[in-house]
Amino acid sequence: MRDKDVLGIIVCNMHDDLIPQLTASRTLGSIPFGGRYRMIDFALSNMTNSGIEDVGLVPSKNYQSLMNHVGNGQEWDMSRKNGGLSILPPYAGERGVYRGRMEALYGIREYIKASDAANVVLSDSDVVANIDLRPVIREHEESGADITLVYKYSEVFKEKKQCAALFFDECGKLLDLYLNPELDGKQNIYLDIAIIKKPVLDELIAECASKDEHSFVHSVLMAKKGVLNIRGYRFDGWCNKLTGLRNYLDANLALLDADVRKSLFPAERPIYTRVRDEVSAKYGENAKVSRTLVTDGCHIDGEVENSVLFRGATIEKGASVKGCVLMHNAFVGEGATLEWVITDKNVVIPAGTHLAGSEKYPLYIPKDTVL
Amino acid sequence: MRKKMIAMLLAGGQGSRLYVLTKDLAKPAVPFGGKYRIIDFPLSNCVNSGIDTVGILTQYEPFELSEYIGNGQPWDLDRMGGGAYVLPPYQRNTGRDWYKGTANAIYQNLRFIERYDPEYVVILSGDHIYKMDYAAMLEKHIEKGAAVTVAALKVPLSEASRFGIIIADGDGYITEFEEKPKNPRSDLASMGIYIFSADKLKKYLTEDEADPASENDFGKNVLPNMLEASEKMAVYSFEGYWKDVGTVDSLWEAHMDLLDASDLDLYDKNWKIYSRSPVMPPHMVEEGAEISGSMVTEGCTVGGKVERSVLFAGVTVEKGAEIKESIIMPGAVIKAGAKISRTIVGEKAVIGENAKVGCSCADAKITLVGPEAKVENKAEIEPGAIFGKEAVK
Repeated sequence: MRDKDVLGIIVCNMHDDLIPQLTASRTLGSIPFGGRYRMIDFALSNMTNSGIEDVGLVPSKNYQSLMNHVGNGQEWDMSRKNGGLSILPPYAGERGVYRGRMEALYGIREYIKASDAANVVLSDSDVVANIDLRPVIREHEESGADITLVYKYSEVFKEKKQCAALFFDECGKLLDLYLNPELDGKQNIYLDIAIIKKPVLDELIAECASKDEHSFVHSVLMAKKGVLNIRGYRFDGWCNKLTGLRNYLDANLALLDADVRKSLFPAERPIYTRVRDEVSAKYGENAKVSRTLVTDGCHIDGEVENSVLFRGATIEKGASVKGCVLMHNAFVGEGATLEWVITDKNVVIPAGTHLAGSEKYPLYIPKDTVL
Repeated sequence: MRKKMIAMLLAGGQGSRLYVLTKDLAKPAVPFGGKYRIIDFPLSNCVNSGIDTVGILTQYEPFELSEYIGNGQPWDLDRMGGGAYVLPPYQRNTGRDWYKGTANAIYQNLRFIERYDPEYVVILSGDHIYKMDYAAMLEKHIEKGAAVTVAALKVPLSEASRFGIIIADGDGYITEFEEKPKNPRSDLASMGIYIFSADKLKKYLTEDEADPASENDFGKNVLPNMLEASEKMAVYSFEGYWKDVGTVDSLWEAHMDLLDASDLDLYDKNWKIYSRSPVMPPHMVEEGAEISGSMVTEGCTVGGKVERSVLFAGVTVEKGAEIKESIIMPGAVIKAGAKISRTIVGEKAVIGENAKVGCSCADAKITLVGPEAKVENKAEIEPGAIFGKEAVK
């Protein structure tokens, strides 16, 4: 059954600065990932697979590629007569680009007010995971929490970026939250997905606006931890929170692991994306491919190992691609060699070119570059 | 607004020479080319030719086909005042009938055609793999001032007796028709694609229906009748890839054509073939896998060896399995150590460990394993065998 009781909101431009290379001409939500997806597909699919029918997307800038990707939401079954997917760009003349989630929500307060949902799922688009939100919502309702935060018990990010560690008391209430803590080992890392009682959210939006506060983490989670009933939900599947270019490479290559794919792509909860009507991938007589994810529309006649190839990549005879992520329509000419390279969309690597980054510092080639 | 041309697509065929593949499935719904079903070709041709209204006439095992067509959205045929419509036979106050023949099927849907009041109607079948611009054919039809234009292509004279053969004059008008002649006098074969001026279509279908002796078939009855009535009948010569995939051998050959550099270019961005895409992640090529001269689709996991084959969506090829010159349809599982050669494996079939199916000898017959069939571990299936879910032959 569809759940009209829950409203989904995805803030698309949070964390854009984490990967400035990839967000130069797009929002974080439209960063390509995993061969055929965009980051936003995971948040959107998690919502649609959890029966959430009404979803608002809040971009702030550079959102042409995002709008082009999600269209009317039909691929996620969100093209509905009433509700469904709504793209909610900021009104001009207000503050322009929002500084934080609360400000983003203030900009769409009328949309939120108009919904008669009891709860709001507030999500960013920086996490790659397949999360069934139904048990999260159930637990949120049963526990009587005002806010339930989804977290993963995992290592603190080495980059110390956008890493919020949550601490709960014995009864499961939020005690404290450390941003980018100087801690080692495993902690409860917040996955930027929160379930919030809608009346509580309405009040918080108004309060933050009146105080000119914009941050969900600072002005809500930290400031209200003693006042509101804030609880956690531990997610145990595979997930990755984007923290930088190296992490982007690692996360893509993590998909080469069968267990990761099993957790991310279970048959009963597919990750939906925009259909591009590509033909099956074609392997030539000289193709040698091993431990690689290959998407429809690729032509491979060279050697590929330990890589992720997006739609329409061409690897010519004698070319060698290792440890790479090649986005849409990459062309690697005869005899070229690529190692630890990330190519953005439509990059052309002519025959005989040799390019190498390192595993810890991949070489990034911007969109539309013709070498 | 009056439509210039709509399409009527005959998709009721049983495809009995595909045996177990069409046991529970209409022939036009048979998977083709990694991502497609046969019907995607005429449907995509329609859309690429600027036709926005297509009536799809179904009769045999219509469920999967109807589900596949849905609202027509994958082909951009979810249109206001048009789009894709599945038209099964139905009951009316004058009685009810199955579609008795190709002509009768269209006759029973004359009201559908009248609703759009087109100037022209193109009649298509859902049995062939080809790319064709029906708009160019219509131009010819108008230019020739014809009542009907029949698309035709040259076939080797030795094979001509399998087809409806057209004899035309120097100006491109049809002078004679021969349905599967023993001694063909022409190598011009009808492709079963007709553009009718709508009023002529109505006239001759109504007359045909009134004739109790008629088999209600376009090739056998309607076109000869029009010829007899001295209607202007033009021939439209088609050059390019065209293949009837109505037999196990031809279905297999068409896939090999895809792998070779043939005239059938699915990668042409100017004439895309659309399909309802499964929602699956990219395919995974595991360590130790060997893939060459093949097509592999999203959702597959390949750990074994794949040579000159087509893998449809969601196929699993375990380590140590070997697939050669074969077609593996959606969701099939080829277990470790199995060897499959010159075989068509149906949807969701499972080939057991170390089983041997077919033979790789160049002249070996094509083997067919039906949808959902289960081949036991170590079993051997002879070349040319047909192994169904209930193991029929």
